[in-house]
Amino acid sequence: MPSARKGRVKVKDPGEAGAPQGPASGAAPPVLALRRVSKSFGAVRALREVSLELFAGEAHALAGENGAGKSTLVKTLSGVHRPDEGEILLDGAPVEFGGPAAAQDAGVAVIYQEPTLFPDLSVAENIFMGRQPRARFGRIDRRAMRSEAVELFRRLGVALDPGRPARGLSIADQQLVEIAKALSREARVLVMDEPTAALSGNEVARLFNVVKALRRQGCAVLFISHRLDEIFELCQRVTTLRDGSWVASEPISGLTPGDLVRRMVGRDLDTLYPKQETVPGEVALTVSRLTREGVFTDVSFEVRKGEIVALAGLVGAGRSEVARAIFGIDRWDAGSVEVGGRRLPAGSPAAAMASGLALVPEDRRQQGLVMDLSIERNIGLTGLRSVRRGPVISRAAERDRARDWAARLQLKFTRLGDAVNVLSGGNQQKVVLAKWLATDPAVLIVDEPTRGIDIGTKAEVHRLLSELAGRGIAVLMISSDLPEVLGMADRVLVMHEGRLTAEIPRERATEESVMSAATGRDPGAAA
Amino acid sequence: MAPDLMTTAGTGNAPGEAPARRSTMGRFARWDVLVTALLIVVFLAGAVGSPDFANAGNLSFALGDLGEIALIALAMTLLVVAAEVDLSVASVLGLSSALLGALWDAGWAIETIIPVVVLIGAVCGLVNGLLVTRLGLPSLAVTIGTLALYRGLAYVVLGDRAVAEFPQRYTDLATGDVPGTPIPYPVALFVLLAIVTGVVLHATGVGRSLFAIGAQEEAAFFAGIRVKRVKLALFVVSGTMAAFAGVVYTLRYGSARADNGFGVELAVIAAVLLGGVDFDGGKGTLGGVIAGVLLIGLLRNLLMLNDVATEIQSIVTGLLLIVSVLTPRLAAVLRQRRRAPVSHTPRSSTEERSR
Repeated sequence: MPSARKGRVKVKDPGEAGAPQGPASGAAPPVLALRRVSKSFGAVRALREVSLELFAGEAHALAGENGAGKSTLVKTLSGVHRPDEGEILLDGAPVEFGGPAAAQDAGVAVIYQEPTLFPDLSVAENIFMGRQPRARFGRIDRRAMRSEAVELFRRLGVALDPGRPARGLSIADQQLVEIAKALSREARVLVMDEPTAALSGNEVARLFNVVKALRRQGCAVLFISHRLDEIFELCQRVTTLRDGSWVASEPISGLTPGDLVRRMVGRDLDTLYPKQETVPGEVALTVSRLTREGVFTDVSFEVRKGEIVALAGLVGAGRSEVARAIFGIDRWDAGSVEVGGRRLPAGSPAAAMASGLALVPEDRRQQGLVMDLSIERNIGLTGLRSVRRGPVISRAAERDRARDWAARLQLKFTRLGDAVNVLSGGNQQKVVLAKWLATDPAVLIVDEPTRGIDIGTKAEVHRLLSELAGRGIAVLMISSDLPEVLGMADRVLVMHEGRLTAEIPRERATEESVMSAATGRDPGAAA
Repeated sequence: MAPDLMTTAGTGNAPGEAPARRSTMGRFARWDVLVTALLIVVFLAGAVGSPDFANAGNLSFALGDLGEIALIALAMTLLVVAAEVDLSVASVLGLSSALLGALWDAGWAIETIIPVVVLIGAVCGLVNGLLVTRLGLPSLAVTIGTLALYRGLAYVVLGDRAVAEFPQRYTDLATGDVPGTPIPYPVALFVLLAIVTGVVLHATGVGRSLFAIGAQEEAAFFAGIRVKRVKLALFVVSGTMAAFAGVVYTLRYGSARADNGFGVELAVIAAVLLGGVDFDGGKGTLGGVIAGVLLIGLLRNLLMLNDVATEIQSIVTGLLLIVSVLTPRLAAVLRQRRRAPVSHTPRSSTEERSR
């Protein structure tokens, strides 16, 4: 079977690929380039004369707010969309990708944030799906497949058992399988679309090492992330898009984060962390010795009115689980929760709401919003008792409440009757916030409030949280975004493996102090 | 760019909100309108094709004949909107009928029997509800089980006997018309209950909760809606309504039997789905369901007038069920195809998780 043979991996000696070639060398043309590419969907111009050059051996960042055209650009590179104008150059020669398969054959691979593997097949089988090495009589040569997979992981510098089933792999490991698959197809351009959004700190570090290994082997990596620190750490050059237009392509080394934000947003963002100083008032939320068997143990803390308290820690440390228990989503086994001095019953979100608690959950698409319902109905969901006249809901009151909060949070929408699934992520998050702020909460718990939303909206959410605290609301913020934790919190609580390991006041909170408590290296820091 | 929390201004940027309402309503309404149009076509075809069809007597009979299906469909609509289903309704109807017969036979007063029978229907619903909400079992499986269980109990209660000779005053209520009109009492009762159900579904907090639960149960729970309690109540309502329908059925035919209402659950669910309620929950209108019930009723009546065998009637019901599930999906797929290029525009931002 010739096609199967073609799919066989030729394992290159890493040295063969040569030294990384930066754009400065000028000798080789870019591996892949877009030249003045435009793409419209109906009346919407998603890309306007965008150019991009990817050189072998570089990690190139693609920056821009949501809606700037990053996804359209990725889909153009990967053959999903065809450009209306402009051209795609492969090694300096114009090409046309008839579809994703053509782009793959040309060596362009896209690694998505959450890969889709076949869960019941082994890691090696996933890598070689459709291109399995063959032995005699067309049988699949499992031994060759396995050894080739081992070699791929060696080149990436990671340890992953090719024989284990894909089911149960972490998202980070699944991405590695996808990268290995791309490498086995001899991909020369890897597009990573927000690969770090769902990864923990260690996993991000490992991914970055893999990217460095890929660069050494002569791959070009296009890296998309909302986290500026990652772009600065990983990439050599950055191309910025705004509203579908190309803004700049330049070396990272000459830029500050402020410069990059200005290019993305098109104006100075006064500050990403507009924290107001507030004087904490009386205790609003008291959590005492809260325990849920096997999940978290003996968690005690207080949040005062006007205070923003961050709950930091690694993914899986039990932070979201504590928030869920406080709000009554899960039951607790021991301990107590008091809001405004009144004890809450375990396992009742309705009682938690009635006491003045609000929870903006981690997963807005599953937990925060009913995606098929309209903006108006979603905001109304928390106020079914407050907008009625007798037993019947007052449509006018319902609409006014939604319109009022949409305006206060500067929600960008066409119609209040539109389903929330047509909104951008940032605007969806605003709907979740609106829905909960409309209940006039005394204590607001926000779980990853700015995950996956663009930097402009992120600054708005931060300002909002700051203003809420200024008005005397007690805010408990769970966040994996360390700059956000340090920038917004009056106090930082750190969890490690289900226990609270440290309480750090704003003055003493640094990346080091928080991370060492989060990784359990410094239990002595506990208050 | 700061969100201005301090102002209470509510001017909002909601241009053209009225058309928005029309178009969202429109999406659902289109199906309703389609069913209603079909209803009219069937009616006209019936009037032309069959001389016995379009007269007050026959139509009154056709409506009365629909009574049980219509009553149960009201409760079923609420359940299906909340993404649950109760397949045991026809068996509860049968059990209620058998009990009514047995207790009447045993010399109880009918005024006592009716509340007792309806109460037992509520208990049947409660059992369904507890199995679904406390043990987390899927309602489809649970109510297939109780479908067999309750029908079996009906036979235990009454065997294959038939009890008749109920007091005329009550059988008259079930068959007679509201004085001065051609409207049978059960139909009048249905209209009353339909109004109540419509208000609950479309204009109260409970109704809003049902749509949220059906569309995304987890998000509804996170919004403080007592999901389990609401579902439990729905099953109780469903059982109660089915038992009550059993009383009406028994009195209308003047005969209590354990096999009364056999297979009615299929007609009920066909009517609900035909009415445009999404079997996956979260979508539907009561108006659509009423049109669906009437359509099924007219079809059955027409087939009966034209001496079509009951097997064929069953085939028609089954086909309608499939068509009503298939058509909206097909339409959605077609719609999506047509819109496909546009849906990739700016909002498909990199942070969208589903791909």
